[in-house]
Amino acid sequence: MSKTAVNIKSIPAEKFAFVNRGEKLTDTKFVDKPVGYLKDAWIRFCKNKGSIVAAVIILIILLFAFLTPAFFTKYDQTFMDVYYAKKAPRNIWLRDHLGICSGTVTRDFNERGMLVLIGIGIGAEDTQGTGKVTLEEGMASYYQPMKEIGDPQEITGMIGSKDKTIYTCELDTYLEYGFQYQSIEQSEYKKIKEWEAQTGLQVLYPLVEENEWNLEPTNANYWYKTKKGTPVTVNARGKAKEIAYEPGMVLEDNYVRDADGNPVYYMFTGGGDVDTAQYKVRVLYYNYYRYVNGFEPEYLFGTDSQGYDLMLRLASGIKLSFLVALVVSIINFTIGAIYGAIEGYYGGTTDLVMERISDILANTPFIVVATLFQLHYASKLGPIPCLLFAYVTTGWLGMAYRVRTQFYRFKNQEYVMAARTLGASDARIIWKHIFPNSLGTIITSCVLVIPGVIFSESMLSFLGIVKLGTEKTTSLGTLLADASSIWMNYPHLMLFPALVISLLEICFNLFGNGLRDAFNPSLRGVEE
Amino acid sequence: MLKYVIKRVVLMFATLFIIVTICFFLIKLLPQDIPQEAAQQEAMMERLKAQGYDKPIYVQYYRYLRNIFTHWDFGTSWKIQKMQPVTELFIERLPPTVLINLYSLLVSLPIGILLGIYAAIKKNKWQDQVISTSVMIFVSVPSYVYAFLVQYFLYFKWGLLPPTVYSLADAGGSWFTFQMFKSMLPPVIALAFGSVASLCRFTRAELTETLTSDYMLLARTKGLTRAQATSRHAMKNAMVPILPMILGGFIDILAGSFIIEQIFSVPGVGQLYLTSINQLDYDVFMMDTVFYTFVGLLAGIVTDLSYGFIDPRIRMGEK
Repeated sequence: MSKTAVNIKSIPAEKFAFVNRGEKLTDTKFVDKPVGYLKDAWIRFCKNKGSIVAAVIILIILLFAFLTPAFFTKYDQTFMDVYYAKKAPRNIWLRDHLGICSGTVTRDFNERGMLVLIGIGIGAEDTQGTGKVTLEEGMASYYQPMKEIGDPQEITGMIGSKDKTIYTCELDTYLEYGFQYQSIEQSEYKKIKEWEAQTGLQVLYPLVEENEWNLEPTNANYWYKTKKGTPVTVNARGKAKEIAYEPGMVLEDNYVRDADGNPVYYMFTGGGDVDTAQYKVRVLYYNYYRYVNGFEPEYLFGTDSQGYDLMLRLASGIKLSFLVALVVSIINFTIGAIYGAIEGYYGGTTDLVMERISDILANTPFIVVATLFQLHYASKLGPIPCLLFAYVTTGWLGMAYRVRTQFYRFKNQEYVMAARTLGASDARIIWKHIFPNSLGTIITSCVLVIPGVIFSESMLSFLGIVKLGTEKTTSLGTLLADASSIWMNYPHLMLFPALVISLLEICFNLFGNGLRDAFNPSLRGVEE
Repeated sequence: MLKYVIKRVVLMFATLFIIVTICFFLIKLLPQDIPQEAAQQEAMMERLKAQGYDKPIYVQYYRYLRNIFTHWDFGTSWKIQKMQPVTELFIERLPPTVLINLYSLLVSLPIGILLGIYAAIKKNKWQDQVISTSVMIFVSVPSYVYAFLVQYFLYFKWGLLPPTVYSLADAGGSWFTFQMFKSMLPPVIALAFGSVASLCRFTRAELTETLTSDYMLLARTKGLTRAQATSRHAMKNAMVPILPMILGGFIDILAGSFIIEQIFSVPGVGQLYLTSINQLDYDVFMMDTVFYTFVGLLAGIVTDLSYGFIDPRIRMGEK
């Protein structure tokens, strides 16, 4: 080592040469583009797989909300059918191919109740009104509500009731309604007849006699002769004999017949001339629905408590909840940023006074604020603006606090001093020089406001403090509130809204956390 | 220190006073609903007059405050319990709320903290991944979803119906019988999910920070095992932010959870609030508002002050 050192010192001058004489020396150009703050944040955000997945799921939910009315459902917002309210999800294609979404429920029946439903299928199969359809033919019918009948179970030893036999059955709730009496005009009757001829589906079925064998004259499903609900055959002398429930059972019909013994399909009940004459008819509601609407009743998400398409209600609920959340987020951002900037920049007495004001607002319970707004203004302004006001009153505090902290951090730094020395105005220093530094924090909390608003909106609706539901609009919380008392029997009413809210909450929190990490430069390189 | 505490308490009451004033005026501006029946109407008008309700609103406010300070009278309930003093009604409703939240906190504290410690020790291993992911999900899912799940599985699917208790007499005449405890289990479980998750997340975050600090390295260098170092050094320091949070949680117990009380029909403070606004029983509404504001302020102040007592390094009120 020491030898070489000596050698370096004693290198003769002529051995030295200029490296690049006559060339101009400049900085080489950057090969890559410089990575700015936002770009850097974006790159780091993309590395966070959880956040990306969350963002995609949020996007899918949003797309679902906006595309549903146009693409995923054939119903529109005003379409409702009271007979198909609270029905479980049903989709013919999925049912036939995958065996899901069949619209069935499992329920326990006694023999008599079971026979009424089986009777619907048998009656529907009896297209000519001959009364000769057997149990097996009826069970195979397309309109048979009983899809599966379990083995009979003896229930004994119940206190206060007799021993009975229970059948656990699988029931298609869309066919359960069965037959119905309707009063229609003659012209309508003719149209239905035409439609029947075209499609080969039968809507009109023979009328039922109102005699001693008819248990409930208003219930069109009792088309067979019964004695106190038990099906019977009646012989010529008027003696009734019970029919046992067994293979090959044939129920004895109780149809109205004319002099020739043919079943009667309509009854004139009064009214004007040829076209407007009123007819009483007995229709199979499932096919009547098809006649009116041109398709079979199927709802992928089921129907809500009034008979609207739940998918459509859900989409409109997501839209409203999102809209409220977005508006609140934007307003909070504006107020909070300005308030926090002024507080943080000026400090001192200004800060003290403003802090006291936000202290008071922050300690007023939000639920009280929301309630007061609703009680005072809901009748004048409508519930949605009131809800927005309530959020805006206290919602910006968190944002203001964060911005204030950021301002305290940056306001005494050298570059701010330099700007002030050069004569920049307060407004310019605030918005041009300090504010961009806190942009990351602000964007993150803007995003994190959204799940908070969606959650508290759903809570307020659920508690009944805010009433957002109308025929056209609904919110996720209103859907939950509608379902709250009946969902044990109709789980799908609760399942879908709760699922969507939970998904939204999880995804927004993941997404917001990803953003926070991405915008925090001090975390650069820590993840690995 | 004492000076700072006094300053905070005075400030707290000042804030409470302002909020109560604003709420009082806002509530008094709402239309009062007078009953139709003549006898009831007369009784109500008489009581209202005695409280000065025909005077200008600031006189009413003065009387309201005077009644509270002189004989702890927050007014009268008109609808929920006819002519019963609000304070009595309120104190009746407090025990169920407090007990349910207390039980759920007592259940979730050990589980949440232990899970958090375990996750922090196993940081970035699969155990931590599993715990952290599920905590993320459990924190985000709204509390009422747990209530539905508990109802669905306990009541509907498994048929584990807890006894329904309609009155104190049903449960043996006391709030502390086993029967009463059993009937409270579903809401306790529903509440516990969320608080376990948030406790676990907080503990994990604090403990991972202390575990990577320099004094832990020193502790290991001087020969302590990992378990010793963790329990003696890391845990103590991690507890500095965790304990105040727990203390705040104990005070928040009073406020309870509206939605859980609503779903499980708990006759608690939250349900009283909802009934009072549905029936427009303003004195009850006002008392509930004062109560919630006070509880919130108290939780904040206790959390803040406890830092100073737990960690001798923190001097409160220093500039």
